[in-house]
Amino acid sequence: MASRDIAASGSRASVESRPRLGAASPRHGEKVIYLLLAACAVLSVVTTTAIVISLVVPSIEFFDEVSIATFLFTTDWGPTFTPPTFGVLPIVVGTLGVTLWAMLFAVPVGLGAAVYLSEYAGRRTRKIVKPILEILAGVPTIAFGFFALKFITPTLQDVWPGHFLGGPPLIFSALAAGLAIGLMIVPIIASISEDAMSAVPHGLREGAYALGATKARVATRVVFPAALSGIVASIILAISRAVGETMIVLLAAGNTPNLTFSPVESIQTMTAFIGTTATGDIPTGSVIYKTVFAVALLLFVMTLLMNLLSIRLVRRFREVYE
Amino acid sequence: MSRLDEPRTARTQVAVAGARAVTAEMLSDQPRRAVIRNALFASLVFLAIAIALLGLLALIADSIVKGWSAFTPELLTNGTSSFPANAGLHSAIIGTLWIIGFVVLLIVPIGVGAAVFLEEYSNRDSRLGRLVEVNIQNLAAVPSIIYGLLGLAFIARGTFDLGFVVLTASMTLALLVLPTVILAGREAIRAVPPSIREGSLALGATRWQTTRHQVLPAAIPGIATGVILAVSRAIGETAPLIPLGAATFVTYDPNGPFSEFTAMPLQIFSWVKQSQPEFQALAAAGIVVLLALLLALNSFAIVLRNRYEQRW
Repeated sequence: MASRDIAASGSRASVESRPRLGAASPRHGEKVIYLLLAACAVLSVVTTTAIVISLVVPSIEFFDEVSIATFLFTTDWGPTFTPPTFGVLPIVVGTLGVTLWAMLFAVPVGLGAAVYLSEYAGRRTRKIVKPILEILAGVPTIAFGFFALKFITPTLQDVWPGHFLGGPPLIFSALAAGLAIGLMIVPIIASISEDAMSAVPHGLREGAYALGATKARVATRVVFPAALSGIVASIILAISRAVGETMIVLLAAGNTPNLTFSPVESIQTMTAFIGTTATGDIPTGSVIYKTVFAVALLLFVMTLLMNLLSIRLVRRFREVYE
Repeated sequence: MSRLDEPRTARTQVAVAGARAVTAEMLSDQPRRAVIRNALFASLVFLAIAIALLGLLALIADSIVKGWSAFTPELLTNGTSSFPANAGLHSAIIGTLWIIGFVVLLIVPIGVGAAVFLEEYSNRDSRLGRLVEVNIQNLAAVPSIIYGLLGLAFIARGTFDLGFVVLTASMTLALLVLPTVILAGREAIRAVPPSIREGSLALGATRWQTTRHQVLPAAIPGIATGVILAVSRAIGETAPLIPLGAATFVTYDPNGPFSEFTAMPLQIFSWVKQSQPEFQALAAAGIVVLLALLLALNSFAIVLRNRYEQRW
């Protein structure tokens, strides 16, 4: 109360001499608060910098010992063997394979679910189903890993048609892990895409109906293109989740570096390598420590590029209404 | 529509009926293929939502069935043990509580501070504001295991050199979930109408007084939603804790910020990796406990959000 009176009288005094719009008193407290808040915001920049430094410094030391060409273009991955080999391709292919199976499942199911929620479901159904999907997005990855290992794998082995794609899946397989990851990211794709589809103005739909279009046609030819920026963003976010997923592949995909896109074989992904090797007791500065960080750097660059691509595509496909 | 249904004169009625008949005839004249395709598409999208929901329900049901035999009071009271009969979640639950306690202490002030700065203090076009914004977007997409390596290099060893303790895990998880809190906080703050700020500022309140007494109280539901979602993510994360020592065989209860730690998902992970079937049942039961906790937290957050979504 007192400070407000002082502020009021101060401003009156300044009005008499010359109109002044700044604060009447110096307000050092406000400046301290400004600096504190700025520090909170800058912490995110510090975190990014710290991530980059923590990954790049050991990686530079790693590339002193192993050439970049050997790392990126040879096909033998066995950094813990004697003699060690450092061709990262098998685990990159493993990562891409698992991501491919995950997306083959999640993109149609996620987009279908989004179309259903936005175009077909009644208001009441949608009000119930959408929150359920969002709640299920909080299922922890360890639960999906267990589900992949103990439910998806045995089920696949039971129903597998003979030697299709190289026989029934092994106990650890890229497909089981991929399907579990796919199930995990369906809510992400469905929820974000549904937001984008619901945001398409009703006038566009009604225009199409007035021209005699069927519901399917309106959904695929009018709503889908108009919501493309949100849909693309959701898919890229889902891909980067799939690429970075650790626990599911650690439990269900095995740990065998294997240069194959075969869905039924055991493979190793980049995250699974990091998860099995970096267990806290690896000595700082050892070759294996540096290898872990070099692989992590590659993973970081991959997800960063995807995120930048997503920002770009979203800007490019964004349709602005009104 | 109601205007057309109102009977006026006989002529209008005849004209409306005629127009209706013509329109109906035109619409029913759609080629058969289009009708079939339309029905097919409708059943496909319905199938998609059914698969998504059934898959996730199967996950929950499967864990309950497989963990049924391990649901005993001892599951919550027994500590870590190499014998399945004596093994339980007790140390892991205490560990998770300690870790999450410090996560909350870290993310609430820092996350809200950053959100307030970005929305209330920095100009949208200022260089700092944009830099921070792009940064947060990128951080949200970084794989969680990389945060574990960050924690290993800078918090467990390196700059902070804390070792593999509760506080290390808390700081690492806090960095991981901060973008969630900041993004939710910004949205909540943005939803407070400018007229409230302008009214407060016009009465002579300073920027901070306006923020503290007008904007933040109005934004509390949105911020709380973000914090709860962040906490639930931090509870369920396993991957970033693996490089942090993840001493899963902690035989005593963690008892402070500098105590060695274990956490619920880590304990479950170590059970899944055991070969005895009893441990698999324990793992499934542990997953059910974790799921119940996380789904309850998420439901609460989403109910909170939907309830306070449009107050203005």
